[in-house]
Amino acid sequence: MPQHIPVVENILSANDRLALENQAELDAAGVFAVNIMASPGAGKTSLIEHTVRGLAGKLRLGMINGDVATSLDADRAQAAGAVAIQINTGGDCHLDAVMVHSALLKLNLTEFDLLIIENVGNLICPASFKLGTHKSVLVASIPEGDDKPYKYPGMYRGVDAVVINKIDLLPYVPFRMDYFKQGIAALNPGVTQFELSCRTGEGLPAWLAWIQNQVQDYRNTRS
Amino acid sequence: MHELAVTQSVLDIALRHAGEQNARRITDLYLVLGQWSSIVDDSVQFYWDIISAGTIAQGATLHFRRVPAELVCLDCGQVYQPTGEELICPQCAGTRLRLRQGDELQLEAIDIE
Ligand SMILES: Nc1nc2c(ncn2[C@@H]2O[C@H](COP(=O)(O)OP(=O)(O)O)[C@@H](O)[C@H]2O)c(=O)[nH]1
Ligand SMILES: [Mg+2]
Ligand SMILES: [Zn+2]
Repeated sequence: MPQHIPVVENILSANDRLALENQAELDAAGVFAVNIMASPGAGKTSLIEHTVRGLAGKLRLGMINGDVATSLDADRAQAAGAVAIQINTGGDCHLDAVMVHSALLKLNLTEFDLLIIENVGNLICPASFKLGTHKSVLVASIPEGDDKPYKYPGMYRGVDAVVINKIDLLPYVPFRMDYFKQGIAALNPGVTQFELSCRTGEGLPAWLAWIQNQVQDYRNTRS
Repeated sequence: MHELAVTQSVLDIALRHAGEQNARRITDLYLVLGQWSSIVDDSVQFYWDIISAGTIAQGATLHFRRVPAELVCLDCGQVYQPTGEELICPQCAGTRLRLRQGDELQLEAIDIE
């Protein structure tokens, strides 16, 4: 006999549950974690390299890097001084909580204060998959164009900070900063923003200070 | 783009619920997809036909209910459905908005035998 069964479950609820477990593991070790998302080439790895160098001696930094196939980015982070674990997603367009979980098992979490996760370069899919990080950051860059918040609202809506990278290119590329920021404000009113250049280093100190403050706030709420 | 992962989760959830009811067959699945969930029905259907094969859900019909995005203006309270690149309140031109619906990604119900 046919029967209608109400289900009403979020389709990605299994991922959400595992993300909570990841966060519990991070919390047990006192590690603050950040998920860095962006389109390919926006400057995620460059920003991470600067962050590793800028925080050397201040915070112990670990890194998980999601890449479709190579370990080039993890190698760059390692060269900058971080302990880096590479996840090859084998073609997947995003990291998920399962992949991060297996990467966490390979790290001795008590060795770190801050864990940075570089997501797969993509402006759509990573927004739907929670990883268990405490904060998420979107790196936008000037050459991508000023219409991106309007085209990828899901990504802009869910993040805790937006880094606008490659401001050194503003003189050469048409980019209406007002229009861009209006889109961000509409989708994510009051979100923290940074304008910087990983090329010239302009604006990086404010970003580094923010990250350090986040780690400090995290510790304060736990003690 | 992540429709394979989404479709796999749909199958997992449906099989779990059907198993709890000792169902012999799943005949229909009712999905709710928000306009801003960035999921393409056709791709879900494509993956579904492949991954449901050999399970009790093989051949089941997928029903998609699309939920349009609806924004609330935080300045004047106006509710509207954005069309394209329109992130400005049509009433007060306010630019601080909250998505009220449209990011759903849900399995609402299944029909079993
Ligand atoms: N002009 C300029 N180029 C940058 C900047 N930041 C990164 N790049 C370049 O952009 C390219 C992609 O950077 P990468 O960090 O690998 O981006 P990812 O794919 O997001 O990790 C590289 O060639 C970088 O040298 C910047 O601030 N200004
Ligand atoms: Mg990279
Ligand atoms: Zn308004």
